[in-house]
Amino acid sequence: MLQIKNLHANVDGNEILRGINLTIKPGEVHAIMGPNGSGKSTLSYVLAGKDDYEITEGEILFKGEDLLEMAPDERAAAGVFLAFQYPIEIPGVATMTFLRTAMNAQRKARGEAELNTPDFMKIVKQKASELNVSPEMLKRPLNVGFSGGEKKRNEIMQMALLEPTLCVMDETDSGLDIDALRVVSDGVNALRNSERGMLVITHYQRLLDHIVPDVVHVMSAGKIVKSGGKELALELEENGYADFVNAA
Amino acid sequence: MPAIQETIEQVKEIDVDQYKYGFVTDIEMELAPKGLSEDIVRFISAKKDEPEWMLEWRLDAFRRWKTMEEPTWARVDYPKIDFEDLYYYAAPKSAPGPKSLDEVDPELLETYKKLGIPLSEQAVLAGVEGARVAVDAVFDSVSVVTTFKDELAKSGVIFCSISEAVREHPELVKKYLGSVVPTTDNFYATLNAAVFSDGSFVYIPKGVRCPMELSTYFRINEEKTGQFERTLIIADEGSYVSYLEGCTAPMRDENQLHAAVVELVTHDDAEIKYSTVQNWYPGNSEGKGGIYNFVTKRGDCRGKNSKISWTQVETGSAITWKYPSCILRGENSRGEFYSIAISNGKQQVDSGTKMIHLGKNSSSRIISKGISAGRSQNTYRGLVSAHRKASGARNFTQCDSLLIGDQCGAHTVPYIESKNSTAVFEHEATTSKISDDQMFYCQQRGMTDEEAIALIVNGFVRDVIQQLPMEFMAETQKLIGISLEGSVG
Ligand SMILES: Nc1ncnc2c1ncn2[C@@H]1O[C@H](COP(=O)(O)OP(=O)(O)OP(=O)(O)O)[C@@H](O)[C@H]1O
Ligand SMILES: [Mg+2]
Repeated sequence: MLQIKNLHANVDGNEILRGINLTIKPGEVHAIMGPNGSGKSTLSYVLAGKDDYEITEGEILFKGEDLLEMAPDERAAAGVFLAFQYPIEIPGVATMTFLRTAMNAQRKARGEAELNTPDFMKIVKQKASELNVSPEMLKRPLNVGFSGGEKKRNEIMQMALLEPTLCVMDETDSGLDIDALRVVSDGVNALRNSERGMLVITHYQRLLDHIVPDVVHVMSAGKIVKSGGKELALELEENGYADFVNAA
Repeated sequence: MPAIQETIEQVKEIDVDQYKYGFVTDIEMELAPKGLSEDIVRFISAKKDEPEWMLEWRLDAFRRWKTMEEPTWARVDYPKIDFEDLYYYAAPKSAPGPKSLDEVDPELLETYKKLGIPLSEQAVLAGVEGARVAVDAVFDSVSVVTTFKDELAKSGVIFCSISEAVREHPELVKKYLGSVVPTTDNFYATLNAAVFSDGSFVYIPKGVRCPMELSTYFRINEEKTGQFERTLIIADEGSYVSYLEGCTAPMRDENQLHAAVVELVTHDDAEIKYSTVQNWYPGNSEGKGGIYNFVTKRGDCRGKNSKISWTQVETGSAITWKYPSCILRGENSRGEFYSIAISNGKQQVDSGTKMIHLGKNSSSRIISKGISAGRSQNTYRGLVSAHRKASGARNFTQCDSLLIGDQCGAHTVPYIESKNSTAVFEHEATTSKISDDQMFYCQQRGMTDEEAIALIVNGFVRDVIQQLPMEFMAETQKLIGISLEGSVG
């Protein structure tokens, strides 16, 4: 469903991604690990279409279509979701209002009817309770004053609501306490199915105990330097990145 | 929430230069000769069958106006107005005075229908929403009809055009007219006193809670015509009224002048809630045409525990010069000012409020939200003052500006004067931009640029929107989205 071929991307003239190759098939969960500054978040932003990046080489196909030609909102409507490493605050906009506007925007872009209020409320309440997001929090302005963990749970709740086909999660586990890690992982696992692909960016093996990946990649200096099964994560936990960084 | 969806749809449908209310009504008009002189003042007064005292009052104002200079201190810039090149009176020929609905020219009823203002009482009563609003419709210089008058009269409420009040309730008009905004107050207010054409009059008797929303709908139609309406609202002891003013005008290449005066009086324990949704034609995106809106609005909290609350949503006009104010005379009186001022294209807004604390323990609250987009300039100008005797006076001011794009300006000019050491005034101000990160976050969740801006801006003004009467909240959220169309990119 996702094919990234020889992707090169610059920020302000600095080459950050230097030839990424990555293929995710429907139903697969891929994890990306790698040292700080290696370009993991950059890759996630490029997938979502943030316009600070200049693509100098390569292509991305999503369900056979050229993803790089699509605007961010078109990508979202086509099923690309990014759970942000640092979710953004929007003062004055109740979380509930935000969710509803987002859902209806995507439905409209796909030519579907808007959800009516009772149906929307029902779905939101259910997803919120599954992710331990309280009804009070839904009334608060989006992410404003939310704790680090609350923000991350909110991201995954949005993901559950919007039901994307490609879920990109950037360090969703950082800032979560042990119980929240379980709740969020359960939420993510519940979304796993034969059609949906996932890309999980993390620094810790711990998350991968809960969300067991099919493939683990190591990213260093803008390239994927090694790929393997879930054992690769354990190996990294044990030895650090030194071997791979030098290899790059 | 549905309103946001609607906003989005409306935004989609509309082109930058397409002002929804920009149509012209083709109707036979009666005009006074162009220009301003004592004869014109006499002409207007005669047209309205006014008593001698009213004419004298006008002439007195006119003579003073001749000696005054146009103010230049506001942060607005426009070519000098030629006051001799304006019509000061324009009335639909068929409407010599207020009359019942059946007699109103169908063209006019059609106009108000197009504007979404229901003038037929049946239609309002049958409305699914069940929101009942009594409307006074002012077309150019005259009030064409006032609805629900009979029903309001049952509770003793007087709601009619000011011309009718001058004839039918002279004792009230004599007592209150000019008692809040004196004829000598300022250039535009004095001009208004000389030539005011029509407007609304409201009197709420002691202890009465007005049984429905009152509303006046102002429409400028005729070319080169100044609109000088005058509104006077009196809330007697222990009474309450909520009043809404709405304004639109056709698209014209030339600027049109609008110089209104609004006076509010609250006696002991009375409250007036005055809301404005101002959507005069703002001119096109190049700054051609549009209304010059020079308005004097002032409320006098005369009685103890009285309260006046101004809520304004200013989205239209080429130039806005407007400072709804409260004189907090009564002990424990309270003044509030909630404002959303949106400027886009080449609009210029200089608006704010004055809270004059005279009474003991009087309190006031100011929440101002300015949104500038395009190449517009948006200034908040506010004065909070405490008189020597105003011990325990309190004010809280929150003044937030939001910038969209980098070619617009937002300015905050607060003046604070305290002659009493026990007065406590707090002022907070912020300026922010819609950040690229916020836009990207919304887009990543599927929203288009317009949808994202409408959502973020409606969040920014939420505190003020909540002050509007329920019936107008959704309308206003829509209007905000529309006003900002074309501000992205
Ligand atoms: N505007 C910029 N100009 C120059 N370099 C930049 C700019 N933005 C990001 N970078 C650099 O790009 C590199 C990759 O950043 P990125 O956020 O993708 O790393 P990461 O792998 O997600 O790291 P972390 O594990 O710390 O989250 C970093 O070295 C960062 O400093
Ligand atoms: Mg990162």
